[in-house]
Amino acid sequence: MGEEEKKQEYWRWTESNWKNPGIKWEDAKIVTVGIDVGSVSSQAVVMTDGQVYAYSNMRTGSDSPESARNALNLGLEGTSMPESRIDYCIGTGYGRVNVPMADRSITEIACHARGAHFIYGPEVRTVLDIGGQDCKAIRCDQKGKVTNFLMNDKCAAGTGRGMEVFADLLSVPIVDVGERSFEVKEEPEPVSSICVVYAKTEATGLLRKGWAVNEVLAAYCSAMGHRIFTLIERIGIEKGFAITGGLAKNRGVIERLTKEIGVEPMHTEWDTQIAGAAGAALFGYALVQKGKGRRK
Amino acid sequence: MIIAGIDCGAKNTKSVILRDGKIIGKGMTLTGFDQASAVKESLDAALKDAGIDAKDVDKISGTGAGMEEIKDASMKVNEIRAMAKAANYFFPSARTVTDVGAEMGRAVKIDERGKAIDFAINEKCAAGAGAFIEAMARAIEVELEEMGPMALQSDKSIPMNAQCAIFAESEVVGLIHAKTVKEDISKAIHDAMASRIVSMIRRIGVNEDIVMIGGVALNPGFVGCLKRELGIDRVYIPADPAFGAAVGAAVVLKEEA
Repeated sequence: MGEEEKKQEYWRWTESNWKNPGIKWEDAKIVTVGIDVGSVSSQAVVMTDGQVYAYSNMRTGSDSPESARNALNLGLEGTSMPESRIDYCIGTGYGRVNVPMADRSITEIACHARGAHFIYGPEVRTVLDIGGQDCKAIRCDQKGKVTNFLMNDKCAAGTGRGMEVFADLLSVPIVDVGERSFEVKEEPEPVSSICVVYAKTEATGLLRKGWAVNEVLAAYCSAMGHRIFTLIERIGIEKGFAITGGLAKNRGVIERLTKEIGVEPMHTEWDTQIAGAAGAALFGYALVQKGKGRRK
Repeated sequence: MIIAGIDCGAKNTKSVILRDGKIIGKGMTLTGFDQASAVKESLDAALKDAGIDAKDVDKISGTGAGMEEIKDASMKVNEIRAMAKAANYFFPSARTVTDVGAEMGRAVKIDERGKAIDFAINEKCAAGAGAFIEAMARAIEVELEEMGPMALQSDKSIPMNAQCAIFAESEVVGLIHAKTVKEDISKAIHDAMASRIVSMIRRIGVNEDIVMIGGVALNPGFVGCLKRELGIDRVYIPADPAFGAAVGAAVVLKEEA
């Protein structure tokens, strides 16, 4: 693919991997892996005795088994850990049943709650996961166990995919959308269409009327914030509010959303996209500890 | 008496001229972003088609999403009322009418005089409107007009998982990658949309005769899928179904005058 063509893909974000410099995997008793194959992104988290040792975050391809394989490879890259060292592997996410190296699969709802509980801490009671093609509002207890949840996986409004469409429409790299949406003199009215298809038409009309690109971005970020608000409002927000998934990185949506909710979200240094895979790895760790998880 | 009926829709603006209740001229233009000039353009085209001047028109009746921009209208007719009256005008035996346009889908239950009794409506989601087929046509790189005839060539039933037009786009791209032929994909697209329109019709009850108006009625692939989903042999469609609501608006005004 030529450089020129790559520049056209405004939805594209940087794939990454990370290794914990403070851990020597050779010293670990139990190594577990969680692989989250989502509709848009895939992650692999490698844990040694329940601590994150390494992870990867990348785009899901058209083939789930291959995406799982690529995520694991990228996660183990540069660690010198052989795959045979893994004691237990759990698949989660939309493509969880298609993770060939997994010993079992667990739903992404359970994994996200467990993972959010890990990366944000035990105070977490409400988890909002805004993924590529769905949005989940989850309530959990002090152990990170799910008590209730609501989910939208039918409509692109209020999901990462909707934002990708807008990044492409307005030729703004998706990672810049949040910041640029604040570069406006005055906060505009939100885009009124819910449907992403109609919102595109509406945005084109706004540009024609002379709106600046950043103003349209602001109007869409706030429409998206409101859309997500209507979901989370239905389940009720308890303090200890954690946001996971790719959209958690978009300040434009998150700040407008939390302003509407009136509850400050918690902060983390972790990549918010790894919550599902981290939760899966933790479930694996618990199973092995109990003697229930044995590599097939 | 000469009456003009104008339907300013999301995609197209349609005008009809009625002389003593008979259609004598029609004009259609893309609505674009300037609704007021689209209204004027389509009316001018209809007047030219009828061979009359603007001053010959006694009254103007407006309907559609952009009806507020029809400044010369002496009456604004709600879309539900317009489509109910249109169905009755073309087919007095009509008891259910569905209007599927570029950005909306509606179903209305009507009585023998063309009065609306109950209705269901979708203006929020592209999955139940012409925009769905348009978006899918772009995704599989087929001209919109070819979509319907293409669907008719397939007898396969591939279920679509996605409802949302945005998600369905990725799904049909997946079907192309899986080497599914475009005829079968097109059929799957029309089936999916027909099932959405039918579930809307079922909310008000399926009572024959069923009339369809709106631009999507021009799509034979969609009409075929609609009949199959409804389990009926015939859906009544007037000539130039896109003008249905415009005719309805004009007839409402005529009856009130």
